Amino acid sequence: MSTAGSASAPGSASAPGSEDVPGADVSGPEDAPVIELSGLARRFPGPPPVTALQPTDLVVRRNDYLAITGPSGSGKSTLLHLLGLLDTPSAGRYLLDGIDTGPLSDPDRAALRGRRIGFVFQAFHLLPHRTALENVQLALTYHQVPRAERRPRALAALERLGLAHRTDALPTTLSGGERQRVAIARALVNRPGLLLCDEPTGDLDSANARAVLDEFDVLHAQGLTLLVITHDPTVAGRAGRHVAMRDGRLTAEVTR
Amino acid sequence: MKRARSRVGEPPPHLGPRDLLAEALAGILQRPGRAVLTVLGTVLGVGAFVAVLGLTATATGQIGAQFDLTRATTVTAVDQPDTAGLPDGAVPVSDFPADADSRMARIDGVSAAGVWWPVRNDPAVTRTPVGDGNPAVTRTPVGDGNPAVNRTPVGDGNPMVTRTPVGDDDPGQALTVLAATPGAVRAMSPRLTAGVPLDPFMERTHQPVALLSAAAAARLGVTRLDAQPAVFINGLPYTVVGIFDQVRREPGAPPGVLIPSTTALDRFGNPGATPDQAARALVATRVGAAAVVARQLAVALRPDRSEAFTVTAPPDPHSLRDHVTTDLSGLFLALAGLCLLVGAVGIASTTLVAVLERTEEIGLRRALGAGTRQVAAQFLAESTALGTLGGLLGTALGVLTVLAVAAARDWTAVLSPATTLPAPLLGTLVGLLAGLYPSLRAARVDPLQALRTG
Ligand SMILES: Nc1ncnc2c1ncn2[C@@H]1O[C@H](COP(=O)(O)OP(=O)(O)OP(=O)(O)O)[C@@H](O)[C@H]1O
Ligand SMILES: [Mg+2]
Repeated sequence: MSTAGSASAPGSASAPGSEDVPGADVSGPEDAPVIELSGLARRFPGPPPVTALQPTDLVVRRNDYLAITGPSGSGKSTLLHLLGLLDTPSAGRYLLDGIDTGPLSDPDRAALRGRRIGFVFQAFHLLPHRTALENVQLALTYHQVPRAERRPRALAALERLGLAHRTDALPTTLSGGERQRVAIARALVNRPGLLLCDEPTGDLDSANARAVLDEFDVLHAQGLTLLVITHDPTVAGRAGRHVAMRDGRLTAEVTR
Repeated sequence: MKRARSRVGEPPPHLGPRDLLAEALAGILQRPGRAVLTVLGTVLGVGAFVAVLGLTATATGQIGAQFDLTRATTVTAVDQPDTAGLPDGAVPVSDFPADADSRMARIDGVSAAGVWWPVRNDPAVTRTPVGDGNPAVTRTPVGDGNPAVNRTPVGDGNPMVTRTPVGDDDPGQALTVLAATPGAVRAMSPRLTAGVPLDPFMERTHQPVALLSAAAAARLGVTRLDAQPAVFINGLPYTVVGIFDQVRREPGAPPGVLIPSTTALDRFGNPGATPDQAARALVATRVGAAAVVARQLAVALRPDRSEAFTVTAPPDPHSLRDHVTTDLSGLFLALAGLCLLVGAVGIASTTLVAVLERTEEIGLRRALGAGTRQVAAQFLAESTALGTLGGLLGTALGVLTVLAVAAARDWTAVLSPATTLPAPLLGTLVGLLAGLYPSLRAARVDPLQALRTG
């Protein structure tokens, strides 16, 4: 299990708080940076004003499996929302797949978000009136995927997460583990390169959590880049890289 | 958009019309009960709109159907003779003066006018001595002394008209026998196929003559007039002077036999006193003069007893149409507009509530790649679909109302396609306008906050 993390290049996160662009970021196309942050910060104007994310540098390379841990209120979700283009930074630069996301228009950000990033939330965020299949298909609605292709693709994604028998179930009739697997299927159906997970196992019991983490290992082995926010040390332990966060700062990379 | 696309290497987010419709319907069906209540105002508004326009058109069409020239130029006056003080069964003298024809003809706008009544054949009445000293109505008693009457079975109250003096094997023909002054005959405008109409000379000289309808002539076997054929009414002979195949202005009942009123008075006595038997005037007026003539008629006939006559003028088509247009359309169209306004407010508030309720969904859609435009479009489509639904239901309701009213009144429903077919679009427009603000609010939902709740 722990071997999954070995494929990544450890130590590529630059020194936290530094204003400089990280130095050792040029490698082969294999470990091209997916995420490249320089001085990225987020300050909520308040009142009272809160600097949820201090200027941060971070590089996440292709096929990295990065866990971010930290106490509540340390700014983990803030960082994840910025990385997912759901929020805009108040300072700094964010390159996603080499594209500077700063000057992008709303449609461009939405396109990047929808096509290249998959989200997995603690609260699942499944539409309660739609079946599992319809919830997964929803991710294909905005990206000019021909209607005829949507159903087979969503079915394949559900099947892959072991939910072939629950495709027509409403979320209310699914267990927590099943719901999270539907959400993961939805996050993957667009074949994104980056999966952003905010407490993906937070609402799951240990057995279901383990199943989700096993799935992450498989995805990582297939080349996906994963970034997982968690409170849980066992979850962080499954990742190849582990960064701690405190008071809006990324602290030193935790090495094992 | 193209430059942006090349910059990020991904096509911009897109929500096709079919997806938009599917999302809108899914959103509505999520809360069907609320949707129904929401569209109620629009249903009523569009329904009232369609119903008012349909009913106006139907009523107007009805007026058009009823409006014909003959009707519009016909005035009638029915006599209500005073029976007070008369012995039971006595028949009073008609209130029409002997010179009624010329009195009416003097009214400006009258082209022909006269008096007529259905000839009675009631033995009890004919036996009653009549006459109050008025020479015009002095009567010869009819009845006992007349063997023909006594011998003939009387059927439905109509005098028996026979080809021969009532005999043994001829049961006679029960025909409508009308007493008519020459003016009345002219007002009826019979179309003669043979002979001449009743004229003032025949009237003045109490001639025993008859004008037959073609149907009556056929039943009596009268085909030619050159031999001066006679028919017998209650056994008394009348020379047939003319045959007509139709009348332009039907006096009330289709006339079978017309005889001079003086002759009728001589032989059958006074006109009856009941409204269906009483003497009446038939007046043909010039076009547009009917109302004016009607106002003057009673006084012209009897300045001393004008209240004896019930004058009927044709309905004025213009006043009827104006009535329908102002009363129905004005009020109800205003009401329809009010309903539409209420409907718009209803849809707007429901859609706004939906936006606030579904911020989590909005945030999720944004996370899945929806731009602000797609989110706005979704809620705008939802409100527009609601409005269209209301428009469709309202149009159906309006059409049903028009059909029901038309059926109840025996009218022909008139639904102009120009106003009925686009009516659902009125609901669409209401929904579209109502959705503008909520969809703007939906677009402004911060995905961050939206996803935090949950
Ligand atoms: N929209 C906002 N406006 C103001 N302050 C905010 C906003 N969002 C987050 N914060 C603040 O920023 C800080 C970081 O919040 P964040 O949600 O990133 O923490 P977290 O590390 O994800 O915590 P948890 O583990 O509890 O989820 C907190 O102090 C929070 O109150
Ligand atoms: Mg958080």
